[in-house]
Amino acid sequence: MLSYLIRRILYVLPVAFGVSVICFMLVQIAPGDPLTAIMPVDATAEEQAAMRAAYGLDKPLPVQYAIWIGNIVQGDMGKSIATGRPVAGEVLVAVNNSLLLAFSASVIAFPIGLFLGFLAGYFRDTLCDKAVTAIAIAGVSVPNYWLGIVLVIIFSVTLGWLPSMGAGPGGSQDWHWDWLHMRHLILPAVTLAVVPIGIVARTVRALVGDIFSMDFVQALYAKGMTRFDVLRHVMRNAAATALSVMGLQLGYLLGGSILIETVFNWPGSGFLLSNAIFQRDLPLLQGTILVLALFFVFANLIVDVLQAAIDPRIKRT
Amino acid sequence: MRWVDHDGETMRLFGLGRTSFIAATAILIGGMAAAQGTLRVGMTAADIPLTTGQTDQGGEGMRFMGYTVYDSLIEWDLTSADKPSVLVPGLATEWSVDPADTTKWTFKIREGVTFHDGSPLTAEVVVWNLDKLLVETSEQYDPRQAAQGKSRIPAVASYTAIDDYTLEIVTKTPDATLPYQLAWILMSSKANFEALGKDWEKVAMAPSGTGPWKLTSFVPRERAVMVPNESYWDAGRIPKLDEMVLIPLPEPNARSAALLSGQVDWIEAPAPDTIPALTGNGFAISSNAYPHNWTWHLSRAEGSPWNDIRIRKAANLAIDRDSMGALLGGLMVPAKGFLPPSSQWFGTPTFEVKYDPEAAKALLAEAGFSLENPVKVKALISPSGSGQMLPLPMNEFVQQSLAEVGIEVEFVVVEWNQMINLWRAGATDPASEGAHSINFTYFIQDPFTGLIRHLSCDLIAPNGTNWGHYCDPDMEALLAKIRSSFDPAEQDAVMRETHEKYVNDALFLMVTHDVAPRALSPKVKGFVQAQNWYQNFSSITMD
Repeated sequence: MLSYLIRRILYVLPVAFGVSVICFMLVQIAPGDPLTAIMPVDATAEEQAAMRAAYGLDKPLPVQYAIWIGNIVQGDMGKSIATGRPVAGEVLVAVNNSLLLAFSASVIAFPIGLFLGFLAGYFRDTLCDKAVTAIAIAGVSVPNYWLGIVLVIIFSVTLGWLPSMGAGPGGSQDWHWDWLHMRHLILPAVTLAVVPIGIVARTVRALVGDIFSMDFVQALYAKGMTRFDVLRHVMRNAAATALSVMGLQLGYLLGGSILIETVFNWPGSGFLLSNAIFQRDLPLLQGTILVLALFFVFANLIVDVLQAAIDPRIKRT
Repeated sequence: MRWVDHDGETMRLFGLGRTSFIAATAILIGGMAAAQGTLRVGMTAADIPLTTGQTDQGGEGMRFMGYTVYDSLIEWDLTSADKPSVLVPGLATEWSVDPADTTKWTFKIREGVTFHDGSPLTAEVVVWNLDKLLVETSEQYDPRQAAQGKSRIPAVASYTAIDDYTLEIVTKTPDATLPYQLAWILMSSKANFEALGKDWEKVAMAPSGTGPWKLTSFVPRERAVMVPNESYWDAGRIPKLDEMVLIPLPEPNARSAALLSGQVDWIEAPAPDTIPALTGNGFAISSNAYPHNWTWHLSRAEGSPWNDIRIRKAANLAIDRDSMGALLGGLMVPAKGFLPPSSQWFGTPTFEVKYDPEAAKALLAEAGFSLENPVKVKALISPSGSGQMLPLPMNEFVQQSLAEVGIEVEFVVVEWNQMINLWRAGATDPASEGAHSINFTYFIQDPFTGLIRHLSCDLIAPNGTNWGHYCDPDMEALLAKIRSSFDPAEQDAVMRETHEKYVNDALFLMVTHDVAPRALSPKVKGFVQAQNWYQNFSSITMD
């Protein structure tokens, strides 16, 4: 197990390096200019050149990358061009807010998805299975930003039960686990949970169905086990794959919520990212993408390790 | 030339007798007694504008973080909705230019003004603020504020504090537009900067200006809270509210939903298609003409079809602007010129900008084109962008209108940030892909931003913002005369003459003007929307 763990951690290093290169280069491809955000549109060419030099944007790309990665290794992600604030602080606050949203959505999505998936897999080809499949397909297919707007219209605008935007009455830095703040979380978390509910339910349904058709299940029945005991074995067999899907979904929830965070004005990493894209705020963009990508890499690492712990077959490979 | 402060008028008012004095006192006390309520504003910006003095985020930044927390020497009059906004004394009570040397200006600094931290405003502090933007070796030089402010005062060569309340500014060349330039420059507190360890990042969290509002708390990207400055120097502009909260809400649907669900009381720029829902639910839409335009800036580079005045005039006659109004929920002023018809500088152009497709076709026929043989033009447009209104449907409307008279438009669509770069690069830059026009909305509030910068020969891109490479000796003479007319009335007359030339020569495709719509909760009372990019929030109360 230890050698597997070390090997798996070492794999992360080249991936992280690759991710950093891609993060840096990707944002350079898009046309546009980060200085637009910090200078009046009619600033003179001379003033623009001076500002470009001040931010080191006049240097060749490999030099810019070397400086950037050198600073990152030392824990300095630079300063946002648009706001002048340190990128690390901005990303930390935003990722923290996104984590809050992602975990809340996971708490809603994973148990429901697992439950529905097992239900459909166990009662395969019944009305129950068809109903769950319909829910799962709807969950995956409905554009979640549209769903978000519809939920806002119903629960905020028409009924006035829940707030439509923001992370609490005093902003995210004033977050408390009380009803006044948590009510801000409900609509975005529910909207964000819809896709993973569908994906987890579909995956688990297929898994459980397949496992039930395996020979060992017949053998268990032949040994005289109850249906409940057999289900326990099936669940254990399905757990590793289900965990891997949920790990990927957690990564998706953290990084893939740009639209949801925009609809609900949630001050998370997706919101930060979309603003950074429009402003061509390169340091902020690179920093945010890097942190999210590394989060994804580490989420996968944790899932792999957990899988190995659950499923002895993995350790041997 | 001399400007006189409000105070002079106030004294004369008191001179009218005791009745006026009692009435004025009663109004003041009544206003103070009504002081209550919090106004929560949903801005279109994605972040709280820079708080240290010179703001970012364009017009919205100046509106909410500039003229609220800070003052400039000379300010815009924001008290009237009915007439064009003009310059009035701010932190300078009067100013004059030396008739013998018109580069030399003297400003009398308002006495008794204090910053929010209690320190006094003096001429020396004004000098310190100008150094903050212009002198890179000064300890208070702030690249972020300089990036915003330096290009606004290109005329300034040097400045000196003659005494505590007298400031002298010398310009590089005689330039009568200096008062307009200074209306951009906001004064931060030197004492506050020093008390916070001479660190602008710390000042950003606890800024100090002389303005009617004090910033009390600030969470980047989420909210800023302001309270009234009870000792503001202009008693008439002491805010009546208890608190004003600014919330960045860049997504238009999120802004409307926040207003409809009662999380904010005021939103900037509601999307036109949400306006029926807003008014149907009792929300008020406030709008007014202001110095903004939505045009196609035409290329006058060699080979551009727009070099032919007949084609330019034909295009201006081809657009049914009233029908376009339906697209925008009626929230527009159809263009009659480059400046809005209500502008003090509109003048009396002889070419009437209107919808007359037959006249347009006749002009095109004269130029050798017809529906069967259309003139072909390439147009740079962007699907979104600050102040661009609804660029895609509006541009498609223009494209269709022009096609109906014999002008075939091919669009080059680029994202807004890149559009700004292409605008700076100019019509002949290869990145502009040979486009013959660029759809760019303009802030046209003062002589420089309104008229000079678009067509001045020495500002041809990339050196300046004359995107279309236009250069004409008659226009050049007019622009020079604007800068050398030190009598405001005479300067206004030259401005009108210049604008008449803009229109008579059909130098732009003049389409429409925005009306700065904002949606307000029925609880919001007392707002007067000035014909300006900035607004006064002091008169507002909440029911």
